Amino acid sequence: MFGHSSRSRVALAGALSVGLAFSLTACGDSDSDSSSGDDNKAAAIDCAPYAAFGDIKGKTVTIYTGIVTPEDTPHKESYKPFEDCTGATIKYEGDKAFETQILVRAKAGNPPDLAFVPQPGLLQQLVATGKAVEAPAETAANVDKFFGEDWKAYGTVDGKFYAAPLGANVKSLVWYSPTEFKDKGYTVPTTLDELKALSDKIVADGGKPWCAGIASGEATGWPLTDWMEDFMLRLSGPETYDKWVKHEIAFNGPESTAALEAVGSYLKNDAYVNGGLGDVKSIASTTFQDAGLPILEGSCSLHRQASFYAANFPTDTKVAEDGDIYAFYLPSKDTTSKPVLGGGEFVLSFADRPEVKAFQTYLSSDVWANTKAKVSSGWVSANNGLKVENLTNPIDKLSAEILQDPNATFRFDGSDMMPAAVGSNAFWKQTTNWITGQDTKTTVDNIESAWPK
Amino acid sequence: MTTSTPVVIESPDVPGKKVSAATAAKRKLTSPWASLAAIVIAVLWTLPTFGLLVSSFRPERAIKTTGWWTFFSDPKVTFENYEAVFDPDSINLADFFLNSIVIALPAVIIPLCLASLAAYAFAWMRFPGKNFLFIVIFALQIVPLQVTLIPLLTLYVDMGIANTFWTLWLSHSAFALPLAIYILHNFIKEVPASLIEAARMDGAGHVAIFFRVLLPLLTPALAAFGIFQFLWVWNDLLVSLTFAGSPEISPITVQLSNLSGTRGTAWHLLSAGAFVSILVPVTVFLLLQRYFVRGLLAGSVKG
Repeated sequence: MFGHSSRSRVALAGALSVGLAFSLTACGDSDSDSSSGDDNKAAAIDCAPYAAFGDIKGKTVTIYTGIVTPEDTPHKESYKPFEDCTGATIKYEGDKAFETQILVRAKAGNPPDLAFVPQPGLLQQLVATGKAVEAPAETAANVDKFFGEDWKAYGTVDGKFYAAPLGANVKSLVWYSPTEFKDKGYTVPTTLDELKALSDKIVADGGKPWCAGIASGEATGWPLTDWMEDFMLRLSGPETYDKWVKHEIAFNGPESTAALEAVGSYLKNDAYVNGGLGDVKSIASTTFQDAGLPILEGSCSLHRQASFYAANFPTDTKVAEDGDIYAFYLPSKDTTSKPVLGGGEFVLSFADRPEVKAFQTYLSSDVWANTKAKVSSGWVSANNGLKVENLTNPIDKLSAEILQDPNATFRFDGSDMMPAAVGSNAFWKQTTNWITGQDTKTTVDNIESAWPK
Repeated sequence: MTTSTPVVIESPDVPGKKVSAATAAKRKLTSPWASLAAIVIAVLWTLPTFGLLVSSFRPERAIKTTGWWTFFSDPKVTFENYEAVFDPDSINLADFFLNSIVIALPAVIIPLCLASLAAYAFAWMRFPGKNFLFIVIFALQIVPLQVTLIPLLTLYVDMGIANTFWTLWLSHSAFALPLAIYILHNFIKEVPASLIEAARMDGAGHVAIFFRVLLPLLTPALAAFGIFQFLWVWNDLLVSLTFAGSPEISPITVQLSNLSGTRGTAWHLLSAGAFVSILVPVTVFLLLQRYFVRGLLAGSVKG
């Protein structure tokens, strides 16, 4: 039943498909050769601070991180001045499964030299494996000079300073269309009351003000935790927020109930949501990547999401204060306080060789922050030495201004610091249930009971 | 139903003559309804893959806003996705493709060699504790490989072979051996004892019996298990994610999982990447599928 002719046909099909693969490889090769000359934007730097670490020419530093293509290219480019200075090589490995794999590698004794850790909770777990080493004094000095105390505290475990901050993102942002605001005469709100008034005004004009989406695979629900954290910060203040994150006050206490109810007054309000996407329940089924896109079509006006959301708009969208899309700071209760919710990565070291120390010091410097700013888009750092004019993207400039504002109080994303059973499990799942109909009290009670005793 | 369908087999069905099982099965399986069902299932199963192929040639914006079937009303063809996944400065799938081949070949050959020797020993040699050992190996199939990840990696680090291809070759071989030994053992056991005895009468030792008598008979089973193992290694992500530990030795699946970007904004490249990755398994399967079908039965009709 398997004659000669059909066998050779199958063989031909196989040969053809392999041939196709290799001809495509050839395509890719020839294409890139012509464009490889123009990526040398990084300028030369002052090499003196790294000479103190001795001759590290020919040495290699390995980096392991969750930052993958296309965001990894500006990272690699920003290391070039250091490589030119010292002759050391930086080996970059990006992996989307970083958060689980780094623990496996650290526990098995096969850690990289440096890891870019995106969560203080994970940082503590990694330090607990006993494989991490403290940051060198030079790095610590840089951090004292260029970063706020709140940032240094997130890189400190048990009173020892381990990890310098690297990148940052601002989560307290509301995306809107400047064109629409101009046409309809809306103004950017500066207090929570004004935000409410603006939402009501859009409803009165016949629109649905907000659009939201929380679907994100197994992490579905995380945008809601950000909403709640933002309102927790605004309604109860940073000190209460810290206690809440550390579980010194109960999750089903009056403060967090009030915060979730405040979120509900926006997201569970049928008049306010879900512009261009459906009713309240459609929030649960819309992916977070797609949730803000209706602003471009005019079917919704406001979308609360972090600075990194800029990358989700199609490439021909103009993201600027006078463009198609832009963001404003999610206002505080009044104009005197300015709490900022955000996230970021920290550079944790597993080796104390001189080249690793030198590179850690480079990454914590203002020189690196400015080098990185010039080559990237959609990236910002909380480094005070970062010059806003070096950033290329208007949203990055806005984020940097918010982070560097002396009145701003920065707080790290709370769900990233809570125990995993809550921060990346019950908090996500219960708020997802909440958006599809569960009441506020049951939701906070369930999260409270999920907290490890 | 059989009375109305024309008989397709060449040999005329003489009434009263005993119909062989194969003939009966063939007649039943060639019913037009069965063929129709087979075609419907084949189309349904192939449709998503076909959609993936069409998607891989569509421009980014079209992929992100509409389904692949809109291609037929509004055909726009681009090679940009393939150019992007082969771009040597960023994604560079070609290198990872090569790594996959370098990983897969030894990871197939090592367990096949060891398993066929072990299977012969379990089937035709006498040594103390044979049955107990065989049960232990059989039972090892139950151990989920996830629980071995950290201990194995620790072992590799202590041996000083971390971040080399050896970690992947050894891990894949170790995970494959229990099933390989079991399947090949059942296959070897089916060989008539008289054949082995005749060889022994002619003065052949174990080595001669294995290489001259059994190995030629084993070819289909070896090929079948080889394909199984090759597809498993080619498609593996977990083992390589844990043990590879460096982009220089990571297979294509690892890069594929990173293709969509840090926050999933570049997922339009996935269809092109996936297609590059399935080329080899599809080719292998098409070329060797008759062994594959035969191999599925290997060991299953033991009795």
